[in-house]
Amino acid sequence: MFAPSILIPAVLNGVLTGAIYALIALGLTLIYGVLHIINFAHGALLTAALFAVYFAYKILGIDPYLAVFAIAPLFFVLGYGLQRFVIGPASHGDERNVLLVTLGLAIVIENVLLYAFHADTRTIDVPAGFNVIDIGVALLGVSRVVGLAAVIALTLALWAFMRLTDTGKAIRAVAKEQLGAQLSGIDVEHIYAVTFGLGTACLAIAACLLIPIFYVNPNVGRSFVLVAFTIVVLGGMGSIAGALVGGLLIGVIESLGGLFFGESLGQLGIFLVFILVLLVRPTGLFGARA
Amino acid sequence: MSHERKQGLSRRDFLQTSAQAAGVGMAAFAAPSILRAQAAGVKLGILQPVTGALSYSGQQGKLGAQLAIDEINAAGGIKGLGKIDAVFGDAQSTPDGGTAEVEKMNAAGVAAIVGGYSSSICLAASQAAARYDLPYLVDVGVADNIVTRGLKNTFRFGPGFGVIAKTAIENLVTLNDQAGKTAKTVMIVNEDSLFGSGLAKLLNEQLPQRGFQVLETIPHPTPTRDFNNVVLKIKSQNPDLVIPANYYNEYVLLARTMQQQKVRPKGIYSVLGGAASSYKFVKEFPDAAQFIMDCNHWFDPRNQKALALKKKVEDGGQFFTYEVYLNYCSVLLAADALSRAGSVDHAKVTAALEASTFSDHIMPYGPTKFVGGQNQGAAPVNTQVQAGDIQVIFPATFASAKPVFPIPA
Repeated sequence: MFAPSILIPAVLNGVLTGAIYALIALGLTLIYGVLHIINFAHGALLTAALFAVYFAYKILGIDPYLAVFAIAPLFFVLGYGLQRFVIGPASHGDERNVLLVTLGLAIVIENVLLYAFHADTRTIDVPAGFNVIDIGVALLGVSRVVGLAAVIALTLALWAFMRLTDTGKAIRAVAKEQLGAQLSGIDVEHIYAVTFGLGTACLAIAACLLIPIFYVNPNVGRSFVLVAFTIVVLGGMGSIAGALVGGLLIGVIESLGGLFFGESLGQLGIFLVFILVLLVRPTGLFGARA
Repeated sequence: MSHERKQGLSRRDFLQTSAQAAGVGMAAFAAPSILRAQAAGVKLGILQPVTGALSYSGQQGKLGAQLAIDEINAAGGIKGLGKIDAVFGDAQSTPDGGTAEVEKMNAAGVAAIVGGYSSSICLAASQAAARYDLPYLVDVGVADNIVTRGLKNTFRFGPGFGVIAKTAIENLVTLNDQAGKTAKTVMIVNEDSLFGSGLAKLLNEQLPQRGFQVLETIPHPTPTRDFNNVVLKIKSQNPDLVIPANYYNEYVLLARTMQQQKVRPKGIYSVLGGAASSYKFVKEFPDAAQFIMDCNHWFDPRNQKALALKKKVEDGGQFFTYEVYLNYCSVLLAADALSRAGSVDHAKVTAALEASTFSDHIMPYGPTKFVGGQNQGAAPVNTQVQAGDIQVIFPATFASAKPVFPIPA
């Protein structure tokens, strides 16, 4: 058994790592919840966002935390355009087509990035990547604490947006009954594109928070995409609160799993809990539909 | 809206279609991976993991091979056989990817294959090549069993981890003795594939015999996203030395996390540390890299050809990493063997490699001499990061600086 001096920091690390996972899963679940599509381009778009933040810092000298105000809107527009002009028209209403289109997009994005920037691993050296907050029982990385605060704020903002704004209500209407929403005068294609744009903007925010503590290369998104899919199913597909809770839970399980079973088997815990939750509650923690 | 979407994909559909799409994705990634350079001359297979988790190393290896091929072709090609027609293959960072490329390269009629990079890929790819008696030159892969399986086709120019671990331990003992035996306890952090786990096993066997207590060995997968728990364990046990043996990305994350969590052992002594002897790491994170020592592949700093190649690579905006110069040398070695064989016949090329005494390379190995496929002169050197540069600290014959150990407080 580990001493509290290890266990407590490990749990806190798990929460902070889970916050980043949640941020990535948030975009995925939003896209799934409304569009009912599994976005295989999610990892590749995260990679593209990481590159955007990297070059914003390297070329323009913009701090990653400030870059969020430029890159998140940029990726919203990118996501909007992708859904409106590529994924939507290419899908012809069939979800399997969408799946293949997003998979194709992932391959194209990753290979364009590989061609343009080579396989080189790139990192940035900013104070936030090394600064810590000493809380007595643990040294918490500033960038990770910022990540946790950001994911909580973003979850609340998204929740409020979905509940209180006309666009949010339209998104929920389309998610619930597409034909009915269309008959009520909602521009469904526009709402689809807005939702995809929001999901992609979430990725851009995740990229800004991730890059001070991680690295970017053309394959880096793959490291996160499997865990993001797991969080989406665990939390309940389409559930914003589920993505947050699922992300934090997965972070803690992974951290404790790594501690008790070794880093090589750390992910074992994730999938054990994943299977258990689905056995007991097949719709996921916050899922509404059977 | 001209069509209606099906509402509500079930979880079962989600998982089923995910699996199908993943399969399609793998096939799509695997399909177009052989690229052929210009026709005619001798076909030489260059196998590297240019995509996937090891892609940086794979691209660097490809760069080294390409530099050697360009140099040979610019000088008129291989005597009697003509220019080298490179057949590039992408192992996609997996052994399966490597063996698939070997099959394609063999079908394409290559005279030999150079590369593989990781031990796991080299092991699988050289075995696949052995079915066709196709000569296989390992560029980096350090697992000892790559050349102890009795495969006649497999040769390794660089050292295996048996030699590397032995050299690393000898030099560590010398270093520690010079510092008044200040280090007594060790923790090993290794990646968990063939390379890292094999090396960790050797270190665990040999370090206690030389007076070091191994407090814990922590394996981790590649890629690993977070090293906080590993660093917590290091912090709680407070070893005198930390010995990392992993690939570049994980090495950098580990070193950065140690810096962030203010873990400062008396020394970080890497054995084949993925970033410890990397100019890239030193340039990007000079504080995290300062005083890190490494026992690794290194070019001969007295060799003018090595220095000229280093300048050429750096002028091209690339870092002069071990993948570059080991592949550069391995291709030169293959070309020398092909030249002496005077043929692309597999048996003749294999015989030429077995009898090789090639010395026109840039490593501190002397002329090649293969016994059971292993180049007997191959050995690592010890380096240390000092003031933003990488200095050779052992062997004394060409050391450029004295070691700084223990790390000053």
